[in-house]
Amino acid sequence: MHSSAVFLIEFGAIILGLGLLGRFAGRFQFSPIPLYLLAGLAFGEGGLLPLGTSEEFVAIGAEIGVILLLLMLGLEYTATDLVSNLKTQYPAGLVDAALNALPGAAMALLLGWGPVAAVVLAGVTWISSSGVIAKVLGDLGRLGNRETPVILSILVLEDLSMAVYLPIITALLAGAGLAAGSATLAIALGVAGLVLVVAVRYGRHISRFVSSDDPEKLLLVVLGLTLLVAGVAQQLQVSAAVGAFLVGIALSGEVAEGAHGLLSPLRDLFAAVFFVFFGLHTDPASIPPVLLPALALALVTAGTKIATGYWAAKRAGISAKGRWRAGGTLVARGEFSIVIAGLAVTSGIEPRLGPLATAYVLILVIVGPLTARYTEPVAAWVGRRGSARAPEPAADAAQDRDLVPSPDAPAEK
Amino acid sequence: MGTPRLSSTPLPGIGVRYDLTTREQRRISVVAHRDGGRTLSAYRKDDPDACALSVRLSAGESAALIDALMPAHHSPSLLSTTELGLVAERIELSSTSHWNGRLLGDTCMRTETGVSIVAVLRRAEAIPSPTPDFRLAGGDTLIVIGTREGVESAATILGRE
Repeated sequence: MHSSAVFLIEFGAIILGLGLLGRFAGRFQFSPIPLYLLAGLAFGEGGLLPLGTSEEFVAIGAEIGVILLLLMLGLEYTATDLVSNLKTQYPAGLVDAALNALPGAAMALLLGWGPVAAVVLAGVTWISSSGVIAKVLGDLGRLGNRETPVILSILVLEDLSMAVYLPIITALLAGAGLAAGSATLAIALGVAGLVLVVAVRYGRHISRFVSSDDPEKLLLVVLGLTLLVAGVAQQLQVSAAVGAFLVGIALSGEVAEGAHGLLSPLRDLFAAVFFVFFGLHTDPASIPPVLLPALALALVTAGTKIATGYWAAKRAGISAKGRWRAGGTLVARGEFSIVIAGLAVTSGIEPRLGPLATAYVLILVIVGPLTARYTEPVAAWVGRRGSARAPEPAADAAQDRDLVPSPDAPAEK
Repeated sequence: MGTPRLSSTPLPGIGVRYDLTTREQRRISVVAHRDGGRTLSAYRKDDPDACALSVRLSAGESAALIDALMPAHHSPSLLSTTELGLVAERIELSSTSHWNGRLLGDTCMRTETGVSIVAVLRRAEAIPSPTPDFRLAGGDTLIVIGTREGVESAATILGRE
């Protein structure tokens, strides 16, 4: 058979398979991400059917997928959003980072994977999935709830942190020394800061330059600009994803609206390809050995996220019920944990990191919506059981206790 | 009583939330999504942070609701001749309507309700004074004139699925 025919058949089969899986996920009202990962696992290395000719294209598609994911994330926020959140909510962001990144780092060190893997795994456990959480909030009819802005501002801060964190791991994974690493970090911070300032001050002008009444031209200009900036960022060792994120931040107003609508389908396509690609490069046989650490990590970091949300909501003056809801909602991890792990997998530092991240995300992307739904009732039930105690436990006491309800949450159905 | 103020809270990545606290200390909020959709929420009395009701509205549904909320609102009527007791209304046939593909005469509209169908709006054109052998289709908008009661029962007849 002709090679281009083989490619079309393979790639077409992948996309069609993903579409059918997505429909299946839609029927059960859950995120298709885990199914895409499983589809990738099923094929490729050690799977049922190794892919041949489409491998290279899927790899490039995955790269574009990450760029589009971050660009769309940038488009969601205006620079003003980011700056105001940073000013008012930074303590919540710091608590979130400390509570959720440390367990990941500790696990990597426990397994003896070394410091670089520890920094990567810290990111995997730290960043919640904005996509899954926004959908869950809508599905549960909680968009109007008073704890919702608290949840969203934590997500904003995490996404903003990615702009600093990604360049760091890019440098670390490239094996840069301390001096080169610091230089990279300085460049990254400088560029990110510069873009924020420019976007706040001159966002209108940038948007006017890009703006076009014709959707076709708008699509080409935005996509071209994003890929170009991402490429330059990669060349500067800052990470392509961050470049794309900053382009998204710099675009605002009507241009952002228009680009959002135009690029959504593209993002969906390439992001799906990215998840498959990640699965393809993970040998399913390597998952069972890391299943226990993944479960333990999922359990601990579900607890720490609940504590984070509880604390942040308490700080915003939300009542106890809302605090538990905020905590439970934040549990879901998803696309960004995979993006971070993907960087590590392609650089090939620790062979078991990919499988661990896959198992971890699979667990939490499924458990996350359940904890969002059930943490509050379970906490209320536990509270009634121990009603001899104070009705509103202090946050630190809650932290020990909520390691108990979250794993039970699914069983409570 | 001053004018009640809507306070607004940005929801990064989703839109803006507008809150209103009524004189009876009940809270209502509208989340304005960036795609033009709206979510209308009313808060629970026992847990003021959570919503008892959360309804997602499309842009068109929001417009219809605004119309009903306007203090000077009477009806979606084209002509309000209250002193004559006559009203005119637009009634839309749904795509799954019982009358889809049936003749206008089959509805026995004038005999049953006493209203007149003065025109049918279909896509971009208006068909004035449709005859009884006019064939209706789902999506048509009928302009009817009659008494308030007659128009109500006409809407019931035309609403048959």
